Amino acid sequence: MKINLKIKRFNPETDKKPHWETYAVEVEPTDRVLDALHDVKWNQDGTLALRRSCAHGVCGSDAMRINGRNMLACKVLIQNIAKDGDTITVEPILGLPVVKDLIVDMEPFFAHYRAVMPYLVNNDPLPANGRERLQSPADRERYDDTTKCILCAACTTSCPSFWARGEYVGPAAIVQAHRFIFDSRDQAAQQRLEILSAQDGVWRCRTAFNCTEACPRGIQVTKAIGEVKEALRTGVIR
Amino acid sequence: MPQYHQFDALVVGAGGAGLMAALYASKGVNTAVISKLYPTRSHTGTAQGGISAALGNLEEDKWEWHAYDTIKGGDFLCDQDAVDIMCREAIDAVIDLEHMGLPFDRTPDGKISQRRFGGHTNNETKKPVMRACHAADRTGHMILQTLYQNCIKNNVKFFDEFQVIDVLIEDGKCNGVVAVQLATGEIHVFHSKATLIATGGFGKMWKVTSNAHSLTGDLPAAVLRRGLPLEDMEFFQFHPTGVYKLGILLSEAARGEGAVFINDKGERFMERYMPTLKDLAPRDICSRCIYTEIREGRGIGGKDYVYLDFRPEQINKYFEADGNPKRIDAHYLETRLPDIIEFARVYQGIDPIKEPVPIQPTAHYAMGGIPTDNDARVLADETGRIVEGLYAAGEVACVSVHGANRLGTNSLVDLVVFGKRGGIAMAEYCKQASFRPIHRDAAAKAGAAQLDRIRNNNGNERPHAIRKEMQAVMDEKVGVYRTGAGLEEAIDKIHELQARYKRIRIDDKGFKWNTDLMEAWELGALLDLAEVTAFAALARTESRGGHYREDYPNRDDVNFLKHSMVWKNGTITLKYKPVRITRIPPQERKY
Repeated sequence: MKINLKIKRFNPETDKKPHWETYAVEVEPTDRVLDALHDVKWNQDGTLALRRSCAHGVCGSDAMRINGRNMLACKVLIQNIAKDGDTITVEPILGLPVVKDLIVDMEPFFAHYRAVMPYLVNNDPLPANGRERLQSPADRERYDDTTKCILCAACTTSCPSFWARGEYVGPAAIVQAHRFIFDSRDQAAQQRLEILSAQDGVWRCRTAFNCTEACPRGIQVTKAIGEVKEALRTGVIR
Repeated sequence: MPQYHQFDALVVGAGGAGLMAALYASKGVNTAVISKLYPTRSHTGTAQGGISAALGNLEEDKWEWHAYDTIKGGDFLCDQDAVDIMCREAIDAVIDLEHMGLPFDRTPDGKISQRRFGGHTNNETKKPVMRACHAADRTGHMILQTLYQNCIKNNVKFFDEFQVIDVLIEDGKCNGVVAVQLATGEIHVFHSKATLIATGGFGKMWKVTSNAHSLTGDLPAAVLRRGLPLEDMEFFQFHPTGVYKLGILLSEAARGEGAVFINDKGERFMERYMPTLKDLAPRDICSRCIYTEIREGRGIGGKDYVYLDFRPEQINKYFEADGNPKRIDAHYLETRLPDIIEFARVYQGIDPIKEPVPIQPTAHYAMGGIPTDNDARVLADETGRIVEGLYAAGEVACVSVHGANRLGTNSLVDLVVFGKRGGIAMAEYCKQASFRPIHRDAAAKAGAAQLDRIRNNNGNERPHAIRKEMQAVMDEKVGVYRTGAGLEEAIDKIHELQARYKRIRIDDKGFKWNTDLMEAWELGALLDLAEVTAFAALARTESRGGHYREDYPNRDDVNFLKHSMVWKNGTITLKYKPVRITRIPPQERKY
């Protein structure tokens, strides 16, 4: 089938501001949007810049705004968003500075990630038998959903609160904090909750649910944020 | 102006091996990690099924059994002392990961849960053993995340999205690397006492591959161009269960949980070939059996694929036939294999709970690579001479623990065990070594010249056309089945493509985020690796593990129980070195 890809382009070495370019592409209905972008890059215009790596929705490199919604270009098939002759619009994710074409500066996003202590803290002596710490299947299940996060930024850059204020830590960082706050092996929940109760923490969330809709890993992001809010409100982690 | 940095220890690549090395090196010396990706984009994150260690959490197991399975799985080309180290240290390495926070699935009594995987057995009963420690089917994702989290916790220094294009080697010693900062196009010279290469595989020389777009062999090619050898390049693993046409991996964990291969006649054909392990035979064997079925007309609808069947009622039927009392349901599979079930739904529009999934073998893993000793130190030749200051670990390295065919889960074992050993070895070395002088301007100039040659070339060849032709010939002639005539054709074709590569033209002449340029540079690396792969494959006139020669279908221990070493200094030179056999004499490989 034939489609048009309308791509927001920006070359920092020659352009003052972004502009749209449209490319006609011949695709299979089962092709990924990433395949269509590669077709443009490899056969029409090599200057098109984008990040991508694994191409099957696991590495988190190619979050983009496709037809106005955040998706991984490698995880959406053409047939699911377009018919023959349709135009698909592709632009960089919002809220982070555009560096070139579909590439944004991820550093502010990772700074928020680093700010929530995204690592296990447990200062107890290791088990004397030299083996693993024990954790019941139920305790392990408690934080399963938020371990799926691939840090693609689809959630954070779909959030109106983040668009309005880039200092807001954003859904992805809260998901990371959640993953440790609710891990029975961790001991730094209170410190993380303190960080998240600050001005640009979890209370900036207005429950728009854009994050949950955008997550390519199917994480219940808004629910996780709600659980963090609940822990802050009640002082109980459960 | 080129920029200059100095660190005791450098790590190139931020997957499992690189991050493990960085964690351990940074405990002792000033360390930096350079990666062309953000670390969490690394391909370790796509590993699915598990990491093996003889914890014995669910049934009796011993690291010696793990070692025997690894050696037999590797068709006796593994260096057995290295395998013993890996399988023994795997136990502590997995426990170490748990202590770092890795969310392994748990047994009812709270221990790390384990499951079956291809080729992993109880050596006494010969039956599959539960050895693969897992976190759903995203074990690699959890390893990568956990190691990165611990690097953040320990303030490891990262240079993200810097692509290394040269390794500084003088008088047989390594003094650092040259990299380009992708965001600016600037050249950076990194001066070090010790450098560890951990850039993973290079499967992008094939078309149907499970490998990421970024797996282009940049560093093995750079090392080769600096006059160092690569080991066992003819051994590349084709994983039996790639998504048909796309090559996306469907983990062996599916078969570990009971899935089976089915041909056009509805037959569970692995029973015929491997009566004991059946669908859990090692990957090289399963891939060949699939192709044999296809060639004999039993592919689905006569086409070039078969089914992987993991419908719960089918799994239970085969459990019953095998005398296994276990029974599972859809919910169990959705919990144990959520990602690969989703891959089938998203990319094939098939619900594996209700329908069998079309699969075909996919280029997956390099058993060969940069030769190292058991402490990740890079070897300069077949005698074992060391390249001072240079280390390699993980898929990019060849220790050799995988021999001619890697067992499932052992890639993750390899990268944590040897990443850690490499990190510790580097730190020890750096404490007693001093910085050797380098010619930083000349190094930067040579790096810039490599890129300018491509940027300014005004030829008539499109890099993409060359890449497509390379991948096609590698799929066709240097795949699961090989012949002498086919390999010669492949070499001729690669030489033609290398000549055409000199006449390429790219569109993007800029500096900032010039991915057109970097992709073209990567193509040059892949062509060099494809060339030495085909050469080594042509010279090995036997069949062993992942290297199958139709014109020499038998293993030949008299002439080929040895590792190849290949150099590319103008022309290609091949030498060989013996396999280190300590405990287990080579024997026929039956399952």
